[in-house]
Amino acid sequence: MTVKVYVPKDAAALALGADRVVAAIEREAGERGVAVAIVRNGSRGMHWLEPLVEVVVDHERIAYGPVRAGDVASLFAAGFLEGGDHPLRQGATKDIPFLKQQTRLTFARCGIVDPLSLDDYRRFRGLTGLEKAIAMAPVDIVTEVTDSGLRGRGGAGFPTGIKWKTVLDAAGPQKYIVCNADEGDSGTFADRMIMEGDPFVLIEGMAIAGLATGATKGFIYTRSEYPHAIAAMSAAIEIARREGVLGPSVMGSGRAFDMEVRVGAGAYVCGEETALLNSLEGKRGIVRAKPPLPAHKGLFDCPTVINNVISLASVPIILDRGATFYRDFGMGRSRGTIPIQIAGNVKHGGLYETAFGLSLGEIVDHIAGGTASERPVKAVQVGGPLGAYFPRALFDTPFDYESFAAKDGLIGHAGIVVFDDTVDMLHQARFAMEFCAIESCGKCTPCRIGSTRGVEVADNIAHGVEPEKNRELLADLCNTMKFGSLCALGGFTPYPVMSAMTHFPEDFTPAPRVEGGGMSETEKLKGPASYFPSIEKKYGQPIEHWKAIVRAQEGKAHMQIVAFLKETHGLGHGHANALVAATLAENA
Amino acid sequence: MNLHVSGDVAARTLAIVTAMKGAEGPLLPILHEIQAEFGYVPQDSLPVIARELNLSRAEVHGVVTFYHDFRDHPTGRHVLKLCRAEACQSMGADAVAARVKALLGIDFHQTTLDGAVTLEPVYCLGLCSCAPSAMLDGEVHAGLDAAAATELVREARR
Repeated sequence: MTVKVYVPKDAAALALGADRVVAAIEREAGERGVAVAIVRNGSRGMHWLEPLVEVVVDHERIAYGPVRAGDVASLFAAGFLEGGDHPLRQGATKDIPFLKQQTRLTFARCGIVDPLSLDDYRRFRGLTGLEKAIAMAPVDIVTEVTDSGLRGRGGAGFPTGIKWKTVLDAAGPQKYIVCNADEGDSGTFADRMIMEGDPFVLIEGMAIAGLATGATKGFIYTRSEYPHAIAAMSAAIEIARREGVLGPSVMGSGRAFDMEVRVGAGAYVCGEETALLNSLEGKRGIVRAKPPLPAHKGLFDCPTVINNVISLASVPIILDRGATFYRDFGMGRSRGTIPIQIAGNVKHGGLYETAFGLSLGEIVDHIAGGTASERPVKAVQVGGPLGAYFPRALFDTPFDYESFAAKDGLIGHAGIVVFDDTVDMLHQARFAMEFCAIESCGKCTPCRIGSTRGVEVADNIAHGVEPEKNRELLADLCNTMKFGSLCALGGFTPYPVMSAMTHFPEDFTPAPRVEGGGMSETEKLKGPASYFPSIEKKYGQPIEHWKAIVRAQEGKAHMQIVAFLKETHGLGHGHANALVAATLAENA
Repeated sequence: MNLHVSGDVAARTLAIVTAMKGAEGPLLPILHEIQAEFGYVPQDSLPVIARELNLSRAEVHGVVTFYHDFRDHPTGRHVLKLCRAEACQSMGADAVAARVKALLGIDFHQTTLDGAVTLEPVYCLGLCSCAPSAMLDGEVHAGLDAAAATELVREARR
């Protein structure tokens, strides 16, 4: 009898060695003469258990994880193909608390099905939403989506149905559905997971959007950093086209809809919808001024629906089960479910889909299980690089759009990144400005210039240069960026900066810390550090570059490293000596 | 793959552009294809693209230089990308980056003298729940620590 074994092909599982596990299982099974059929599924979203190997025993899936290739022989020895006991055995997958407590609507199939099996997809209620949509008038589809309360899951939270209505009502010979899969926020991976784990649900959602608005062409714009998602999505589109789900007559309806995947080129700002449209058109990813709205003049100046992956992937279940079913989840004006992505320094990282309304503290302390480092949580950044840092004092904030906005934050694409108490919040504020400077499209001045100035001001604070004045300047700069920038990149960069400064003021007062902290190393540093400007100028490399080189020589004696720097890198004796003294003092 | 650029840049560019210019908004797909063909976007291909798409050369140059992905020179034999974004920072990505830089003796955006490895920063690979992460020639790696980073550098050095 052939035993069915699931090993995810999700990028997170691959990054942790899933392919090596598959090879080991095949080899071991071959040697033992056991027949196994390996299915490459998506991820269940419990990434600390990846690669999560599941075995079907008596129609139930038993989980083992995290499995490394070296564990495979012992798994066979323990009889894992019959569900045998093993230290990595997690029991029935569906009963693992992290999974059991979730409400999986959008991610209902992710990790369960073979992502590229349309039969699997149909077996788990796939295409029923599209079938119902085909039988409905466009305006009724739009009403259903509006009534569900679905809001844009990309971060802005704009009601999806209203966007669709605008496009439906707009006149034009050609309309487009554009899926924003440019998931560049650190701490988010929901789009990637659904594209790799259940690509047909996105295809179905976009086809429904096409039928609802009269658009016949769709584009999925995703990131070059997501090669596995690109491959899965492209293969699924091929299959859907072959099976008549896409094409001149969607499922025999006589109405056309087709789509293709387009790949960005490493520009974060292209996640902003108008920059994305410019990029799709083959231009620089420069933000457009609104109005006109994309719904009126979008891609190639045609009426365009532009929605996030998760918004579109939530549409099939809304059409299938009805608006009321979906709306009954959630709180206030945040209806339905949200796939929370738990990342950073956590014990239990992964994807947790649940109704809106859990408190941040529940998510961080209970679901995520606290930090991986076992140190206290200091800050949680919610909503990506443009999201605010939340201190423990705000852990009672419920996870919904309005509650986070009320605390000067945002839920964004629902990624949360946890930091332990070793994090320096001034450093994080500086990074937010640095990131904005790297990724700014350059169209508006507050973002283009403000971000670079922000880095300088943060550096001045760090170096104790008129810290009070510079903190005021930083706040003023943030105010200008927030209200003067054209899009969310410059407009929201102040969120991480200001939240860091507001909630963690102690990290923004480095000067007193030096004097009062009794750090004698700092005194010693003053000598060697005085060489730093001339070292940077003379050799054209930042001090960090040299410190990294010195640190790699750890274990050697001071003068040995000095000699190494002189011989290998051509530094003068005084400069080499200063660098070694300063670097070793840091580690002392 | 990118060490064989010869005088036929224009001809090979023309073949790519001709095959792809029928698409809606073809410039980015064309540039990706050219980079896949040559390993970077050669200056000599820009006039061909501009002519075939009826754009000015300045417009094409503007697009090529806007996006971080497109390079105007070849990389080393291997490209190692280290994630520098917040989730990875929270799990020690800065220390991993410092170690990798020291082991390779180069900074970001540089190539080792033997032409083996180009080191690049990347801002998020979507592996934030198993940070820090990296990508070596398109293969993803997660949960890096000092030992894993050293191993990765050894692999890249091959």
